[in-house]
Amino acid sequence: MKYQRLPLVFYGFFQGMGEVGLLFSRTVKNIFKKPWEKDIFLQQVEEIGVRSLPVVSMTAAFGGLVFGLQTYIGFHRYVGAGTEAYGGPIISLGLSKEIIPILVGLMVSGRVGSAIAAEIGTMKITEQIDALFSLGADPNKYLVVPRVLAAFIVLPCLTLYGDVIGMIGGFFYNVVVMGVNRFIYIKNTLLYLELWDITTGLIKAAVFGIVIAIIGCWQGLKAEGGAAGVGRATTRAVVIANIMILILNFFLSKALPASLGG
Amino acid sequence: MIQIIDLHKSFGPNKVLQGVSLNVKKGETLVIIGQSGSGKSVLIKHLIGLIKPDKGKIVVDGVDITRLREDELYKTRRKFGMLFQSAALFDSMTVAQNVSFGLERYSKMSQKERRKRVAESLAMVGLRGIENLMPHELSGGMKKRVGLARAISYRPEIILYDEPSTGIDPIRADAINDLIIRMKKEIKITSIVITHDMVSSYKVADRIAMLYQGKIIETCTPEAVKESKNQIVQQFIHGSAEGPIENW
Repeated sequence: MKYQRLPLVFYGFFQGMGEVGLLFSRTVKNIFKKPWEKDIFLQQVEEIGVRSLPVVSMTAAFGGLVFGLQTYIGFHRYVGAGTEAYGGPIISLGLSKEIIPILVGLMVSGRVGSAIAAEIGTMKITEQIDALFSLGADPNKYLVVPRVLAAFIVLPCLTLYGDVIGMIGGFFYNVVVMGVNRFIYIKNTLLYLELWDITTGLIKAAVFGIVIAIIGCWQGLKAEGGAAGVGRATTRAVVIANIMILILNFFLSKALPASLGG
Repeated sequence: MIQIIDLHKSFGPNKVLQGVSLNVKKGETLVIIGQSGSGKSVLIKHLIGLIKPDKGKIVVDGVDITRLREDELYKTRRKFGMLFQSAALFDSMTVAQNVSFGLERYSKMSQKERRKRVAESLAMVGLRGIENLMPHELSGGMKKRVGLARAISYRPEIILYDEPSTGIDPIRADAINDLIIRMKKEIKITSIVITHDMVSSYKVADRIAMLYQGKIIETCTPEAVKESKNQIVQQFIHGSAEGPIENW
């Protein structure tokens, strides 16, 4: 009996994928069409970027601290006392390639993806989207394009900022709190950390930005059924974007080369 | 000016429009009456291409808009202004930004000219000095009037009114009726009003059409509607629970 619903689940999944795919392709086409909604784009840069700085600062700082702590314990326990300073490159690599892009993605998804779905969903149920159409504005161009473009540009910037804060956190725990050798820690970090490691994280962040914005817009545009419908759209936007971020992170880690050096 | 020919629209199993045919003449005010949920809003949303029909034609000034591409539809939409049931003001914008929104897209006016047109449009609906207020600072009646100012700001040829008197008190509803009549007299506008408010219908209409079970069952002058032999029309205009209308 319980397997009877299975085709419906698959149908819903593929229908959703199709809707997101169409929305995305339409958005990409509209990016190059005039008029450009410059003011809304700048508003979204502020909303997604500037206003996310406090939450990104907190998560990156504590992410860096706890990763520094576990790396210190790992080296101390399995390699031996005195080797903890060699953890610097591992901390920086782990943070810039995996932890910071994911943390930033999840945090921005919770803060911004939900807000996008709620704002557009409310516009949908109060006929503001229909009003945009009637007044000669394409809702995709007016609402979706600025948000997707802003998230695509801003997420890598937030991630780079988070990388710096996280690495300072790891350095602070190891060097200031646990007293490991500062010179070895910095020298090894600079020796082994490649620019590509940081770039990998930034590429992932750009993809996560598109995912967060497009799923938020998709759910907002699909919202129906009053306030409860907007609530459901908001929840779905965050849950779907978070799952997509974690799945895509694995495939991007697998697809992107580990190093550009021979 | 507008010909609706055999229009059909279903949402899943729900057949909303089942062969609607209707003509609207230039400069007239046509009121479409019908029960809540009878498909009146669906019908007028077809006119500006917000909804695509399953079957049928909508001919506006000789052009079948159901076959137009999105960019061609944009030019036809310029002919229409729409007052939405909930006013649908953009809540992140001031009144002035709301009213000038269509102007920015449909005209090549300078900022100074736009500002002047916004003030003129607001004055036409009896509002002055509220340009910098936000929609949440307005009463229900003021929102409707700002919605109307937004719809007329770029001087469309046809205005669609979706339940203009719903949700406001009878005095403000009558003020909106007067505005509809003024728009017709002052800017010779063609109007399509959908409502289930018979007081309003009798006051503003040149002709009244009744939509029932997805079809237009009567189209005539307000006086003729009052004398209609159709039992469904009689039950509706008298607001009686007893009669042939089912599913209320």
